[in-house]
Amino acid sequence: MRYIPNSPEERTEMLHQVGLNSAAELFDSIPKELRLSRELNTTPALSEIELLAGFDRLATHNTGARPISFLGAGAYQHYIPTVVDHIISRSEFFTAYTPYQPEIAQGTLQAIFEFQTLVCQLTGMEVANASMYDGSTALAEAVLMAERVTRRSKVVACGAIHPEYLEVITTYVQHAGIELQHAALDSKTGQTSGVATLLDDKTAALVVQSPNFFGCIEDVAALAEKAHAVGALLIVSVTEAISLGLLRSPGACGADIVVAEGQSFGVPLSFGGPYVGLFATREKYARQIPGRLVGEAFDKQGRRGFVLTLATREQHIRREKATSNICTNEGLIALASTVYLETMGRRGLQEVAQQCAQKTAYAAREIGALSGYSIPFTGPRFNEFVVRAPADAKQLLARLASENSITAGLALSRYFPDRPNEFLVCVTELNSRTQIDALVEALASQTS
Amino acid sequence: MNSNITKVTTHTNPNEALIFERSQPGRIGYRLPPLDVDEQPIGELVPKQFLRDDDLEGVPEVSEVDVIRHFVRMSMWNYSIDQGMYPLGSCTMKYNSRLNEKVARIAGFAGLHPLTEAADAQGALQVIYELQEDLAEITGLPAISLQPAAGAHGEMTGVMLIRAYIDARDGEGGSAKRRTMLIPDSAHGTNPASAHLSGFSVKTIRSTAEGLTDLDHLRELCAGGDVAGLMLTNPNTLGLFERNIQEICRTVHNAGGLVYMDGANMNALVGVARPGDMGVDVIHLNLHKTFSTPHGGGGPGCGPCCCTKELEPFLPVPRIVKEGDEFKVDFNYPQSIGRVKAFFGNYGMMLRALAYIQTHGNDGLREATEAAVLNARYIAHGLTSDYDKPFDAPPMHEVVFTDKRQSRKGVHTLDIAKRLIDYGFHPMTIYFPLIVQGAMLIEPTESVGRQELDQFIEAMQSIAREAVETPDLVLNAPHDTRIGRLDEAAAARKPVLRWKPNARADAAQ
Repeated sequence: MRYIPNSPEERTEMLHQVGLNSAAELFDSIPKELRLSRELNTTPALSEIELLAGFDRLATHNTGARPISFLGAGAYQHYIPTVVDHIISRSEFFTAYTPYQPEIAQGTLQAIFEFQTLVCQLTGMEVANASMYDGSTALAEAVLMAERVTRRSKVVACGAIHPEYLEVITTYVQHAGIELQHAALDSKTGQTSGVATLLDDKTAALVVQSPNFFGCIEDVAALAEKAHAVGALLIVSVTEAISLGLLRSPGACGADIVVAEGQSFGVPLSFGGPYVGLFATREKYARQIPGRLVGEAFDKQGRRGFVLTLATREQHIRREKATSNICTNEGLIALASTVYLETMGRRGLQEVAQQCAQKTAYAAREIGALSGYSIPFTGPRFNEFVVRAPADAKQLLARLASENSITAGLALSRYFPDRPNEFLVCVTELNSRTQIDALVEALASQTS
Repeated sequence: MNSNITKVTTHTNPNEALIFERSQPGRIGYRLPPLDVDEQPIGELVPKQFLRDDDLEGVPEVSEVDVIRHFVRMSMWNYSIDQGMYPLGSCTMKYNSRLNEKVARIAGFAGLHPLTEAADAQGALQVIYELQEDLAEITGLPAISLQPAAGAHGEMTGVMLIRAYIDARDGEGGSAKRRTMLIPDSAHGTNPASAHLSGFSVKTIRSTAEGLTDLDHLRELCAGGDVAGLMLTNPNTLGLFERNIQEICRTVHNAGGLVYMDGANMNALVGVARPGDMGVDVIHLNLHKTFSTPHGGGGPGCGPCCCTKELEPFLPVPRIVKEGDEFKVDFNYPQSIGRVKAFFGNYGMMLRALAYIQTHGNDGLREATEAAVLNARYIAHGLTSDYDKPFDAPPMHEVVFTDKRQSRKGVHTLDIAKRLIDYGFHPMTIYFPLIVQGAMLIEPTESVGRQELDQFIEAMQSIAREAVETPDLVLNAPHDTRIGRLDEAAAARKPVLRWKPNARADAAQ
């Protein structure tokens, strides 16, 4: 096996050196009846040539990886500067462990410190952690944290949170004694409505996603006010992090905890992962944060370095009293996001967001003008919007895929059976006007 | 700002400031195609009160060259597997194959959206299915979810399965009385934390002087009638196989509980013995340990949860199943604990792990296990004369030593670890497991050759001599790194968790 440095002969010599005659004797402490007496029934070893051919063949079965796509809904195609993959492919980063030995892990630690800073800047918050698994689990952890901070047990979720995020929250809170209530959606604007009646002095947090699942920008500041009026925290979830380049930061709107899916920041779609969860909050809650934190520290000579800190919150010290069970997080993906954010920089992040908003507005105008199609929600949008089609959306999208090689979006019936004719369109800086026009034309041809 | 940057190091690597301290107004590191649709005033698209008004102040402005040099310089401060042995016990730092990286970047996978219709994602789903099948064979546990994103996430999932199973079996009244999770005192901290997330209270089982689970204590705790389960690592965190595992499982089962196995140490067992054959009900694996997906400086991981047929109905949804020749995404598991993560989990890690399994082949998987255990045994053999080895039994894939002899001279585990850095090695896991005072847990993995093992042993022997002859050399280590030991206590007292403009000036005031 080419990944094992020692040759069989060397291993035989080593066995003799430690007083054994065969490799089988290494396992003498395992009761005989538990030792596997046969070979594993997995595939025989493949060469690099055979292995790559096999995966290449499988990849061709992924007919959905089309060049023209308007599919978003929590995972987004964006331009990834070439430098991102180059940096995260460096051995020194991707084959390092969690930075438990700061003297030989300053590269990782300083990168995380920059990541934490960037997350604070974008979300408008005061402290951020070293990452969570993804946006959905970050949101679930935020809900648990709100319960710890407020010692209240009710959580109100706004009307259009990503359905898979809601499922994850539901899983996480099922044994935490937290009651989850759901606010309604205004069917005209596509924004949350009627929150006030659900909020009371038992409410730990109000949770809102903005832009929400249907692409509408929520009035986060107004929701923050309502939450704070009853002493609850406002948790803001952002699934399309590029929106932070254009929209008023959740922190500036009064959020207490902000979580986001960081996939849009330089991370490939990769069929859903690995992505990276961003988690930020107010300084006063720093000791309630789940997960790792990197902080500044100095050595005896007064040289600045960085170190994992406030570990007394964490499982390896606090065990069952820890703020979370998370250990391994998404270090390398956080690094990818850091490289992305620094490469795009202050101007690039704004320009990408502007282009998304402009192209989306164009697409919505053109599609909305098509006979038979409408844009049901009037709320302001960033880069996603719902289209109501004259017929079953799932079938319509399937036809566009097969006839026009266009992935036109997400049929909402996947999550909302009562919305059979609607689909969610996402437009990013990668969708050229030619692509948008092709989509519009294809949609038009389906009704004629 | 720039003039305030002070060179803080004499290390040979170039000093590198924070990117925020390098930023210069007007520098650009990107270029997009020009906007190709008619531009509207942004205020007409989004009401002004929803727009950012801080112009992203503080976000860096740097060129592409600045970015590359910044990260390349920082990378040079890191130790990595590719540089040498990384003997962190319980972490399984084995070689991360470049081939696996290449597989994960094949456009048809890397560019595939997770909400693609199943019919258009057959290749991606087949990868998940095949990996499930392989892991079922390796663990002897037939039902699998690849959704959990890391080991602790897999633990949480596994413990929730136990809870759901017991709730269904005992009904509301019965299950409410069964809320105790037993965890040995040698366990990873994630175990009790995960149990707590599932609403269990934790009772700790003692270890014997031999370093194994204390069966009498286990029986005593099981007699309480409130036990939902046991969370056990095997081989345990002392590197010892729990040879009474069958009796342990029987005891827990007879008391009405289930057995959860922490699979962090599966690198000692793949192809040799299967948890399912031992009586284990559910296990999580760490693809980022046993199956070589890169640790990435702290993730991403992937923590598959593998369980018996009895627990299968409770696994997270969706499940990936095969019907005829077609791979399907199946949501129809009404007893499921629910979803633990959006989409399908850390898919890129699944591609890498499957490539690992296929590259090794069935005989190669066992060969790797043998080589890993042999390397640990070789180190155990080589260090016994200089370091205290608290447990006599021969270790599996990792071995624990202590600083008992060196501490008489005032040299402790932390000092030995730091001194190892000067010899060119990453330190071992230190002060874990908690039950061994001054623990040094060493796991070489199969990815280390004999010469390097010898060098490591010689380095440790040399440090043992230094501890006697020149203890200051060890106490002040490391001597050769960019920075010395950092004042972690001060960092935690007044945490600085982000860069701020003029932060130092503020602090001075």
